[in-house]
Amino acid sequence: MAPVMPGANIAMPNNGLSIPNVAFLAIAVVTLIAAVAAMSLRNLVHCGLCLAVVLAGLAALYLQLNAQFIGLSQVLIYIGAVAVLILFTILLTRGKEPERSPLFSAGWPVGLLAAGLLFGVLALAVLVSPARGVPAPVPVQVTVRQIGESLMSRFVLPLQVAGLLLTAALIGAVVVALPRDLRKRPSSPPGKADHLSLR
Amino acid sequence: MPPLHWYLILAALLFSIGLAGAMTRRNGILVLVGIELMLNAANLNLIAFWRFGPNPEALTGMLFVLFSIGVAAAEAAVGLALVMAIHRHNRTANVDEAKSLKG
Repeated sequence: MAPVMPGANIAMPNNGLSIPNVAFLAIAVVTLIAAVAAMSLRNLVHCGLCLAVVLAGLAALYLQLNAQFIGLSQVLIYIGAVAVLILFTILLTRGKEPERSPLFSAGWPVGLLAAGLLFGVLALAVLVSPARGVPAPVPVQVTVRQIGESLMSRFVLPLQVAGLLLTAALIGAVVVALPRDLRKRPSSPPGKADHLSLR
Repeated sequence: MPPLHWYLILAALLFSIGLAGAMTRRNGILVLVGIELMLNAANLNLIAFWRFGPNPEALTGMLFVLFSIGVAAAEAAVGLALVMAIHRHNRTANVDEAKSLKG
């Protein structure tokens, strides 16, 4: 990001092949190829690793958009936790799949058609919207201190709710993934495992 | 600096790829990966609008994405736990073979 120059209030975005644009295009191409690979490869571990590449590309785009904190949070949370969690689940649920079992469900043309239609509508909406001529304001330098202060003042209620949600999700994930014999109540009659009830 | 609509088109493409994957793949984990792709596309939109918006110093879009990342992490944990439970019960992680909610 160029340093803030006095007098230059607005940096006009350009369509030409300047260095940030070439960087954007390179990151975008890598991200899109990795996304297609993550959704279409047969080997699930490769799919998980391609997802990590997509997430890294998005983190690079966040850095380019001057959201450094979000970019690094993306690396920490998504690549460090979510992608690794997905890889662990892939390794744990690897069954004795027949090698040539179909990769896609029976109704895949409908899904593909719906996704293509959605992209058409979204792209049309973006291209006819006033978003094409929006000038880029001078980037603000956001410090972690500012983020922390707004988390503690203006956004304190969402922060608490997010903490509650994360706690509930943690407990729920443990309860759902617990083996059945561990979840059976000692007083329940044998053979009547109510293992779908949440306690 | 790339113009705003480049980011929006990229996010729309990512969202569509994620949607196609979530609707066509048989494996439950890959369905969750598709959902993660869609969430990330929405996050990219939020950050792009924050950067090009009139009041970036209010940090609204940035904190929105921060909360969105937190909620997505919770969603991934619960979703993968569900896939584990289905796999333990049905010996498969394919969503089209999990037809019963009964034990």
